[in-house]
Amino acid sequence: MSRPRTFDLRAQPGFAFIALFTFFMLYLPIAALVVYAFNAGDSMAIWEGVSLRWFQAAASNERVQEAALRSAIIAICAASIATTAATMAAIATTRTKPYRGLTFKYAFINQPLMVPEIVTAVALLIVFSRIKVWTGYSGLGYLVAAHAAFCIPFAYLPIRARLESMDLTLERAAADLYATPWKTFRYVTLPLLRPGIIAGFMLAFVISLDDVVITEFVKSGGQDTLPTYMLGQLRRETTPEVNAIATVFLLVSLILVTAFFFINRRKA
Amino acid sequence: MPEKPDRNAIEVRNVSKIFGSGDARFAALDRVSVNIRENEFFTLLGPSGCGKTTLLRLIAGFDFPSEGEIFLYGDDIAPLPPFRRPVNTVFQSYALFPHMTVAQNIGFGLEMLGKPKAEVEARVTQMLKLVRMEQLAGRRTSQISGGQQQRVALARALAPQPKVLLLDEPLSALDYKLRKDMQIELKTLQHETGITFIFVTHDQEEALTMSDRIAVMSAGKILQVGSPRDIYDRPAERFVADFIGESNFLPAAIVSTAGNLATVRLASGAEIPASLPDGFAPKGDVSIVVRPEHAQLAKPEGAALAGTVETVVYLGTDTHFHLKLDSGEPFIVRRQNARGHTDRFVAGNRVGLLIPADSAQVLKD
Repeated sequence: MSRPRTFDLRAQPGFAFIALFTFFMLYLPIAALVVYAFNAGDSMAIWEGVSLRWFQAAASNERVQEAALRSAIIAICAASIATTAATMAAIATTRTKPYRGLTFKYAFINQPLMVPEIVTAVALLIVFSRIKVWTGYSGLGYLVAAHAAFCIPFAYLPIRARLESMDLTLERAAADLYATPWKTFRYVTLPLLRPGIIAGFMLAFVISLDDVVITEFVKSGGQDTLPTYMLGQLRRETTPEVNAIATVFLLVSLILVTAFFFINRRKA
Repeated sequence: MPEKPDRNAIEVRNVSKIFGSGDARFAALDRVSVNIRENEFFTLLGPSGCGKTTLLRLIAGFDFPSEGEIFLYGDDIAPLPPFRRPVNTVFQSYALFPHMTVAQNIGFGLEMLGKPKAEVEARVTQMLKLVRMEQLAGRRTSQISGGQQQRVALARALAPQPKVLLLDEPLSALDYKLRKDMQIELKTLQHETGITFIFVTHDQEEALTMSDRIAVMSAGKILQVGSPRDIYDRPAERFVADFIGESNFLPAAIVSTAGNLATVRLASGAEIPASLPDGFAPKGDVSIVVRPEHAQLAKPEGAALAGTVETVVYLGTDTHFHLKLDSGEPFIVRRQNARGHTDRFVAGNRVGLLIPADSAQVLKD
């Protein structure tokens, strides 16, 4: 007896090979990077046994410490600003009757996803250098502002998805029970939106932490973040210290992405 | 039963609700006027799309009328937002706040009104007791059954002591047995609280069971308002007769009218008395309606109408006789079954049909 034949991609010739090859190409470099972080020798290419010396070296390197702290400050500030702006934008674009131009507004909010990063970087470099001359201020504010701007769409998307899946009757019920629009937002919409906001914040945080291009253009002297520090290191001597930093980075990202996944899965 | 004074809780005057414009223009409500008395259980009954939910939404404040006024004890509330109206709603989906406990849900309205904490707590306890949910006060709303959620929704809407309670098909999500229990419970609750209830449903049986008065709606208009008995026994229009219960429609001609009574001539030539809808004085050809349980089977000789039995359907409590009248119309007679009753009428028999006084009603259309 033959089963009814349905199209199953996994039964196609070459499927296993293509899949394995792709996984290999994706993860082999990362695996190599992580393995050599534990290298006892001084080389990124010659294996000399297992050791944690490069993790210790990175952790005790003052420049690494400074860059890590700077990255964290920028990421927290930028993600906070981006999440606040994204929450307001998401409410404004979902709690309204559809009108002409709404699609355009979506595109406008998501603009940083589409405009090449290098264009934004050059534009910001020009504008910020003028402002630096006028105001004399050259602190971290420029980096925070730049990061906040390109993080907005990443925070916006999960928040908007959450708002769109939320039952509007709940807000109507709150209004029916004497809650003014502000109280409805405060006691009903916001608590129900919280998982979306947290997810948006974490996504924005990871994106900010990871940025190189815009940071490299906008930063003033002595304002290296962890990624730009690593880039600078690679230009000089290359030791597995960079591998160790990258491995810790990978771990932090994995933890945040996993948390993001679980928070987003918990639907109302 | 408490006295029901003839004071109006809600007066709807010439209210229309238009959606869309141009060719897509659609009147969900078309110049509707109705008075709902203080302390009554009032039902808006009709098929989906008849405008009953739209009217409820206008009273709640979720939408605003295109024309007309809505008065709550004499004040025009039509332009007020929902949070300024002393009117609460029980939603079809219950709309309980998932991030709050049962008690927090019930207390929400009072908290928003800024009542002191002690008062809120006392009232929540009282409401929990009223709907028999004391044990579940600390539960999340996702941890309780559908019937319990229904009770919490009721308690939440009743807690701020609204002047009018609106119920939007609140029983439709419950299974049959629970729905029957809740119908009685709702009716009892309405008596105990003395609050005016406006109930929306498409279920005629539910409407007949619970209501003091029913408004039957179709295509954005209210066709008839009356007690369940009025609506059932004296339907004014074909739609009302057809929507509520089973009906036999017969053509007839008016012979004479006197007040609310008419004498009509049937196709067989027999003349029978029939009631007229209020303020309706027709001439010429009309339709009349006869409920299946009001007509009686008899010998063909001397009966008002005669015909042939086509099918006999036994339904336990009663039997339906499907007749074909000599004039060609179908006609159903329902007879209650009794012990030891043997059927004299079987398919193929010639039978007569008696229509007792007070069982025929003239329709407006």
